[in-house]
Amino acid sequence: MKYYILCIVISIFGISNAQDCSLTLLGEITDFHDNTPIASANIYIKNFDRYIISDLDGKFKIENLCKGELTLVISHVGCETKTVTYNIVSDVYKSIVLEHHIEELNEVSIKGNSTKKETKTAQETVIKAKTLDRYSSLNLGDALKEVSGVSSINTGNSIVKPMINGMHSSRLLILNNNVRLQDQEWGIEHAPNIDINSAEQISVIKGSGTLAYGGDAIGGIIVINPSNIRLKDTIYGKTILGGQTNGRGYSIATNFNSNFSSGWFANVQASLKKNGDFEAPDYILTNTGNVSKGISFHGGKKKFESGFELFYSYVNNEIGILRASHIGNISDLVSAINTQQPLVVDDFSYDINSPKQEVTHHLLKASYYQRFKNFGKLTLQYDYQNNQRFEFDVRVGDDRNKPALDLTLQTHTVTADVILDAKSIYKLNFGVLGRYQDNFANPDTGVRRLIPDYQRYDFGTYITSEWGINDRLTLDAGIRYDFNRIDAKKFYQTSRWEERGYDEDFGSIIIEDLGTQLLTNPVFNFHNFSVATGMKYDLNDNSFISGNYALASRPPNPSELFSDGLHHSAARIELGDLRLDQELSNRLSASYSYNQSDLNVLIEAFYNNITDFMYLQPTGIEQTIRGAFPVWSYQQTNAALYGIDLSLNYKFAKSLDFTNKSSFIKGDDLKNDTALIDIPAFNTINEIRYVNPKWNDFSTSLKSEWVLEQTRFPDYNFETFIATTNETVLVDISSPPPAYHLLHFYSSINFNIAKHTKLNVALSINNIFDTNYRSYLNRLRYFADDLGRNVMLQLQLNY
Amino acid sequence: MIIKNLKLETMKTIKILAFILCTSALITSCSNDDDNPPPVNEEEVITTLTATLTPVGGGTEITLQTRDLDGDGPNPPVITVSGPLAVGTTYNGSLELLNETETPAELINTEILGEDDEHQFFFQSTNSIATFTYSDTDGDGNPLGLEFTLTTAGSAGSGNITIILRHELDKNATGVSDGDITNAGGDTDIQTSFTVMLQ
Repeated sequence: MKYYILCIVISIFGISNAQDCSLTLLGEITDFHDNTPIASANIYIKNFDRYIISDLDGKFKIENLCKGELTLVISHVGCETKTVTYNIVSDVYKSIVLEHHIEELNEVSIKGNSTKKETKTAQETVIKAKTLDRYSSLNLGDALKEVSGVSSINTGNSIVKPMINGMHSSRLLILNNNVRLQDQEWGIEHAPNIDINSAEQISVIKGSGTLAYGGDAIGGIIVINPSNIRLKDTIYGKTILGGQTNGRGYSIATNFNSNFSSGWFANVQASLKKNGDFEAPDYILTNTGNVSKGISFHGGKKKFESGFELFYSYVNNEIGILRASHIGNISDLVSAINTQQPLVVDDFSYDINSPKQEVTHHLLKASYYQRFKNFGKLTLQYDYQNNQRFEFDVRVGDDRNKPALDLTLQTHTVTADVILDAKSIYKLNFGVLGRYQDNFANPDTGVRRLIPDYQRYDFGTYITSEWGINDRLTLDAGIRYDFNRIDAKKFYQTSRWEERGYDEDFGSIIIEDLGTQLLTNPVFNFHNFSVATGMKYDLNDNSFISGNYALASRPPNPSELFSDGLHHSAARIELGDLRLDQELSNRLSASYSYNQSDLNVLIEAFYNNITDFMYLQPTGIEQTIRGAFPVWSYQQTNAALYGIDLSLNYKFAKSLDFTNKSSFIKGDDLKNDTALIDIPAFNTINEIRYVNPKWNDFSTSLKSEWVLEQTRFPDYNFETFIATTNETVLVDISSPPPAYHLLHFYSSINFNIAKHTKLNVALSINNIFDTNYRSYLNRLRYFADDLGRNVMLQLQLNY
Repeated sequence: MIIKNLKLETMKTIKILAFILCTSALITSCSNDDDNPPPVNEEEVITTLTATLTPVGGGTEITLQTRDLDGDGPNPPVITVSGPLAVGTTYNGSLELLNETETPAELINTEILGEDDEHQFFFQSTNSIATFTYSDTDGDGNPLGLEFTLTTAGSAGSGNITIILRHELDKNATGVSDGDITNAGGDTDIQTSFTVMLQ
């Protein structure tokens, strides 16, 4: 009901003159896609504050109308809510089409909202197709920033990793069509392998409240769902074409769905994006082009009692990395920092040279469900993922075109999940999971393996439950146990083995001594327990409060355990630690939500206490023939993160509304009494929007993005001797860049070009004033400014 | 009609997907073995740089060497200087670069000569104890630096001699062909300093 009211917010108020009040409006509601009448649609007559329902033929009648404007809000389960305004001067017949895109098939009780949430009490925000379409030519990480409290940690502008409340990489869990993404997510320069065009709806859940998906989501969970299935004979699709000035890029994405009343469905989706070198306001960012390709098939049969589904998705990304960010030693880093502009700037090109990465991800899923009378629903699922990652460094001689990193990660997962929902007051969900993972590091690279060969075995089991205590109060609780075993075969340089002191603690795991190198067989077993509980209480029809507590436990990832090598873009040696243990997070959160026709407010607060928090910290300097390098090793400390996220929408005039999204977060290293590194600074986004449905759904908006300077950061600066100038200098790698303010413009308009075909034209300008800025959370901020102005034109055809 | 065709298409898709599923399961179950992985010997590592300085007109040959057998490993390079340089003397210098992690050691000079237009050595000294000139050139006539001459100052003293190797640098930038590194750019492959006495 609340969501229904939320929909009304976008409605337009009509002012009626009470004179002739005997007019009649006859209406007919049909489906946008196949023109079938929609029965039982809810029609809210704004002027009378009254509801009526369409009959079996989709028809309805409103009598005793006065002359003047009449506003109707039409909603139907599985349809996008539509608001229409008519100027009534005489008796009139109106035909109204609804877009039938979202339907809840697998829920026993169909609630009166069209957005399917994953959770009841957690801090969850849903991003719908309409919003996602705007990001068709961008990345998942860009789209998720629609949610207050979600930022990103970037390597350049094409490698965008989502960050929820200051947490990223292995602390976030990404589900693509109910498959947990296994794509070497441990590295900051490893962006999630998701084609945003394959998503219909994305849920962002802050914290680890949803135990069915995993117990180690210390930061949060991102749930990506493909388009939903409808039980009717229909064919529909959409095609999005985009072009942009910055990067001189283009993109095309298309999908095609066919559904049958028998329950069969098939969906094909493909996308292609290509960009050349992007541009900062003052120079070209040489070698930042990229090419992305994605294809997915989704098919099966979906009935109420049973169904099955097959899903295959392929994503291939070739991403150039700023040439100037590949540096040889600390003096190169110092000159990069001091020059304040990239040391390599060439003419614009679509070529992608080294350094670059090329990642291919295959995902295959098969699932089957059966519903049992008076019991519930059983779902069985198998999925397979193959992640192939190549990273190319700037190399010389015969190795020039050889990847420096060549990893193949394969994952098989089997899950069984049971939902007991026969009783209306509570719902019980339990399940088991088995997973086998194999990582293969190809030795043909001629570079020592950054991540070793390993096999990983996971077993998990969970039980969660949900009680509707009364109309106002919902409680949920869950518990989960996970077992992880990592069995690796790793080579250590003998000198490194001894320097780490492993010869004393891990002598027994050596299986071969090659003189300068040792082959070892580290095996780790981790037992993880996680707990989540929450409540949601409706204060009244317009507002609710909710609270959550979650205990999550995350074992160290392969990078944290085994990293061992020189990082070229950071000019530092990164070392994992075999002695690391799990980190444990206790997260408390509370939310307040207020939804009225002209005002919506959501306030979310959290406190996340993490014991044995794993992070990288400089621990010394090592000399090599190339000069001195700082050594960063994985350490554990106790950390506390806390903050508030605010979203507000206020409609201060007809057709005009204002939106604010702000987030404030602090991260403390409790052991060392300093700030945590890479915590987003306070940022606030303010947007003014004008919408006029009468002008072909015209909308235009101006958005201000203001990011303050991060003043709380750990000081990891160090001194180094620069041989070329014969002096010792301070290398300032810690100071965050100054605050910045950007303005963005967006405008869109719809045209009905045929009965079932709608064209949406959108124009956007990012960074209107071509402002120079650098982001604290961009790993390439030492080398170049962020992107300059970008004008994008997008055409979207729905049919 | 269209609907019927689509049904057929759907069936086809499902069959194809089922086929992919089965074959991928087969392929992956075969590719896993328990053999030990082979070690990787770093290919591009330069472990050793030796500068041999031969006095023009006879005298004691001097070698400057830096040797780091564990590459990026924790052990620092071992730097040796065979003896003091003579004052007011011109030396013919030549560099030898080796990867000693391989047996027999790989001579890196070959690789540098093969891509001489993308490499250049730079020589510097403190306290003005020496000056350097290039004795060799690349295919474009720009200096390379595997061969050079070193002329020591006229009075006794001590200081550092620094040898730097850059690749993918801008050889046409101002001063670079004269041995000034300031505008060179590129990536540093070697940067090493030797403390020498002048007698």
